[in-house]
Amino acid sequence: MSAFIEIKNLNKFFGDLHVLKDVNLSVEEGEKVVILGPSGSGKSTLIRCVDFLEEPSSGQVIIDGTVLTRKNHLEMARKYSSMVFQQFNLYPNMTVLGNLTIAPIKLQGKSKQEAEATAMSALERVGLAHKADEYPQNLSGGQQQRVAIARAMCTKQPIILFDEPTSALDPEMVQEVLDVMIELAHQNITMLCVTHEMGFAREVADRIVFMDDGHIIEEGTPEHFFEHPDNPRVQAFLDKIIH
Amino acid sequence: MDLFDPVRWQATFASMDTFWEGFGFTLQVVVAALILALVLGTVLGIFSTTHIKVLRGISRVYVEFYQNTPLPVQVFFMYAAGPLVLQSLTNAPTPVRIAPFVLGSVGVGLYHAAYVSEVIRQGIEAVPHGQMEAALSQGFSRAQAYRYVILPQTFRIILPPLCNQALNLVKNTSVLALIAGGDLMYNADNFVSTSGYLQGYIMCCFLYFIICLPLALLVQHLEKNSNKTPRRHRRKVAVAAGREA
Repeated sequence: MSAFIEIKNLNKFFGDLHVLKDVNLSVEEGEKVVILGPSGSGKSTLIRCVDFLEEPSSGQVIIDGTVLTRKNHLEMARKYSSMVFQQFNLYPNMTVLGNLTIAPIKLQGKSKQEAEATAMSALERVGLAHKADEYPQNLSGGQQQRVAIARAMCTKQPIILFDEPTSALDPEMVQEVLDVMIELAHQNITMLCVTHEMGFAREVADRIVFMDDGHIIEEGTPEHFFEHPDNPRVQAFLDKIIH
Repeated sequence: MDLFDPVRWQATFASMDTFWEGFGFTLQVVVAALILALVLGTVLGIFSTTHIKVLRGISRVYVEFYQNTPLPVQVFFMYAAGPLVLQSLTNAPTPVRIAPFVLGSVGVGLYHAAYVSEVIRQGIEAVPHGQMEAALSQGFSRAQAYRYVILPQTFRIILPPLCNQALNLVKNTSVLALIAGGDLMYNADNFVSTSGYLQGYIMCCFLYFIICLPLALLVQHLEKNSNKTPRRHRRKVAVAAGREA
């Protein structure tokens, strides 16, 4: 019985740059995995491969038993995964409600009423129901990211990928976004989250994966990871961040 | 002062038929040239944003050639060389005459296609790459992403400069007067040279002006609008209102 997400011998090159080096990772359904590591270690590239925004140079990403390919990745994305970006990437030509309903209507064949009802309840969960008719550019960064999370919820895929969702935010807005993510973590959603928020990692993660220079060099529960990591490089990283 | 001589103005107004005839012809050339410029310009503009080097090269060469040579020279050349080229292509016994309408619309259309291409390219490049990624990550195909996400944003950006191009195109159709005639400028020039009344040129300016002014106002309006953030969308929010009530 293989895991829900199975990453096997994944390699990724950008030109001559070897970004992911033979990465293996299994994630169970409903598991919350937080990926930590210094910048340039390949964290973002790894989760972008899960959404096929980057095509693996070699190796496989298998979701629910199906290998992601150039041919099936859009269909797989529709069915399994959505992504929350560092820069939010809301569609500025649509209202908040439009952002939330376009994929369900155009891709999943939902009626407008049904999509809007789902969207409104998602907006309520992120505390932004009153902003449904605003355009994204009229919202603060924190609000935009909460809308982006609501957008990922609306398409009801079982996997949500977070690519440094709070890194582009002003410090005072980080917590409102983390709160939404923590609330979301109580659901049976599989979360892969690249972040630098240690508090969030400690609170939410079932497992922490630490990457350095394209390798996964440490894996374990938050307790194991923060209290007694095996790898001295992890200890050095923690020392730098916490002190 | 002859400029205010009522007799001359009367003569001008008496010849309004010629002016209106040229005006109508100019409008037809404008429409045809505009269609050619928009279609070809869009294709070339998309070419210049693809990953395929050959297409980018074609677009680049075209744009540089047409932007860096004068329109009258291009049109003169087509006027002189076009019939000979057609003759050799069709094996006709004599050079094939090209109708002024065709010469005008093709000449001006090809010229402005280069500018439209640049406008389109800049419009597409102005939409951040993250927009395409967001759409793909939701499972939209590239074509769908262009349709629902990228092009609506491009459209908003390019509309003012595109209208500006249309305005320049209208004025540039006057180049027709130099070669084949039939347009507003040509007919006005005919009137002036036969009657000696410069009022013809003033009337000619006025007629161009009434085509161009609405376009210029439209550009101003669009530019003002695209600087503003979209206004709050008014919609009957059945769901939201129900919940809030």
